[in-house]
Amino acid sequence: MSQNAIMQERPIPLLSEIKLAEESFLTDDLLRQLINIGEVDILVGLPTHNNVKTVGLIVQQIQSGILRWFPRERAAIINVDAGSRDGTPELVTGISIDDIHRASNLYALRTLHSISTQYSSHTASGGVLRIILSAAELLRAKACVVMSPESSNVEPEWLSKLLMPIYKDGVDFVTPTYRRHKFAGILITNLLYPMSRAVYGVRIREPYATEFGFSGRLGSQFLGQTSWGSGTEGSDLELRLTLAAITGGCRVSQAFLGGKAHVERRAADLVPALRQTVGSLFSALEPDFPFWSAASGSQPVATTGPEPEFTLEPLRVNRKRLREMFSSGVVELDSVFQSILSPPTLEEIKRIAVLGEDDFRYPAELWVRTVYEFAAAYHKSVINRDHIIQALAPLFRGRAFMFVVENRNSSADQVENNIESLCLEFERLKPYLLQMWNG
Amino acid sequence: MREMIISELTQAMHELARGFAHFLPRLMVMLILAFVGWLIAYVVKVSLRSILRLIRFDKLSENAGASQLLNKAALPSSSELLSRFAFWVAWLGFILLGVSILGIFGLEEQIARFFLFLPRLFVALFISFFGLLAAGFFSRAALLAAVNANLPSPRLLSIAIRAIIIVFVLSVVFEELGLAEQTMLVAFGIAFGALMLGFAIAFGLGGRDLARRFLEKRFVGEKADENEDELSPL
Repeated sequence: MSQNAIMQERPIPLLSEIKLAEESFLTDDLLRQLINIGEVDILVGLPTHNNVKTVGLIVQQIQSGILRWFPRERAAIINVDAGSRDGTPELVTGISIDDIHRASNLYALRTLHSISTQYSSHTASGGVLRIILSAAELLRAKACVVMSPESSNVEPEWLSKLLMPIYKDGVDFVTPTYRRHKFAGILITNLLYPMSRAVYGVRIREPYATEFGFSGRLGSQFLGQTSWGSGTEGSDLELRLTLAAITGGCRVSQAFLGGKAHVERRAADLVPALRQTVGSLFSALEPDFPFWSAASGSQPVATTGPEPEFTLEPLRVNRKRLREMFSSGVVELDSVFQSILSPPTLEEIKRIAVLGEDDFRYPAELWVRTVYEFAAAYHKSVINRDHIIQALAPLFRGRAFMFVVENRNSSADQVENNIESLCLEFERLKPYLLQMWNG
Repeated sequence: MREMIISELTQAMHELARGFAHFLPRLMVMLILAFVGWLIAYVVKVSLRSILRLIRFDKLSENAGASQLLNKAALPSSSELLSRFAFWVAWLGFILLGVSILGIFGLEEQIARFFLFLPRLFVALFISFFGLLAAGFFSRAALLAAVNANLPSPRLLSIAIRAIIIVFVLSVVFEELGLAEQTMLVAFGIAFGALMLGFAIAFGLGGRDLARRFLEKRFVGEKADENEDELSPL
């Protein structure tokens, strides 16, 4: 092979690539593995932490998806593991593609690489996404997808739905939509979706997605723009990536993936979930202020497949506990709320906190004002920012209780209408956010 | 006799005039020092107030809970109070310097002791402020964690943590100031010991069920039902 041919096979690394390779967060072992792979068209990122029960099936579905939809493309799976002790990384790299060949009679024309790397578990998901983005940049991947290790019902089609718009149609970011239970993802339906839609003016149903696709271009742009090390290491960046795609004027689309597996979570998981999502959203509002302060209304996003759906099967919800934790939280955290909320909002919340279950109402307008005042308090750092996020938990429980009661006997369309009217309330009160923000 | 009285009076008048002539320049120096000191102290006050406003010291003080204490005592904001304090310390320093020039017997030693005490006073103030800041931060963190974990009496827990930190800070401050060191040490030991004993008894008696449930869940694998929302927020 001539020198020129070698140069074409592996062009001179970009300055950003050299910088990435020099950065210490990518281990030597990972760099060696990435160099061995060379370049890819498709990169699949799979963050894991003790997911041995589900990850085997997920890797098989990913391999099957690549064989079926991208047989001619150069592809790699990168597993970023947070120090699993159940053999998850070994399982990911050990799954042979031969099983898929036999089962589906499909053959890849290229080698499918599977690599695994470990990162410090205290780095949280922000570090995971950074590793995946860096790997994508070093491998010069055209399209990347991140898959959740908890999605036990993943199907090979998910890969096509998340990657094809990027690979074939030039879309930069693809977020999923799901068929969910009407009471699943209440934080998304009652805060993240309506607020991100009202503030940024784009109707993305799952702004915090655990499965999503992005172009190599968006990945490089995000990697270059984000000021790593200034508090981003400890936070989840999935939401930041979504917002970066919006503010960067990238082409965004949604893809309906089907049913979302119900992941059992404990009440104690709420605060970490708030940190990952609401904390990321609130902190993104500061740098994005010039963008969102000028945006008005909201624009729909092109969706592949049907619109998001709600399932209605019975689900046991501990309503009593939700309301009790809201009421006790309002009483106990009065001194904290005085620093965050305006007196009229706090008075109104205190009034509803003493109401009985039958009379209880946490109206949409009050909820929106609550969230906007929390966002403004976060911006002004009236108290420690993490404390502001933690203080939102009891109020969110009150709103969750309200949502459950309100939609107990509702049909899927009625639930959708209720969410839509909440979104419109968030949009209507956006000037209030600006007023609180600048006040 | 008459001449003698006149001579003595004249001599006394001369000595008084000489003494006054000797004292007057020193008094003038002292007054000049006091005036210059006032000017410098005023500049210090204005500069410090600007710096404190620039670094949003009032917000920091509010977070520490110091502002609430000051409000209750009808005192001005913490940045105003600190700048006024700096003004008075600076001006008093110059006045005392002037007084020492007057050469009044016995006063010089006291003034020297005052100047030696100043660094300790500043350190004590520094410890008090950051101690209050830490007490406010940790008590609020405990309150939020207890509320979100649905623990009983979260405010009591928060107050207890604040009290422990403040008692500890006070003992350090008094030790730094050299005031009633032994008394404070013994008082701190008794208060801290009593608090810990109280907690031990309270947790021992009140936490039996909690400990049993925790151990059962941890080692027997009992399924928690009522402690779960069964609602996935995401």
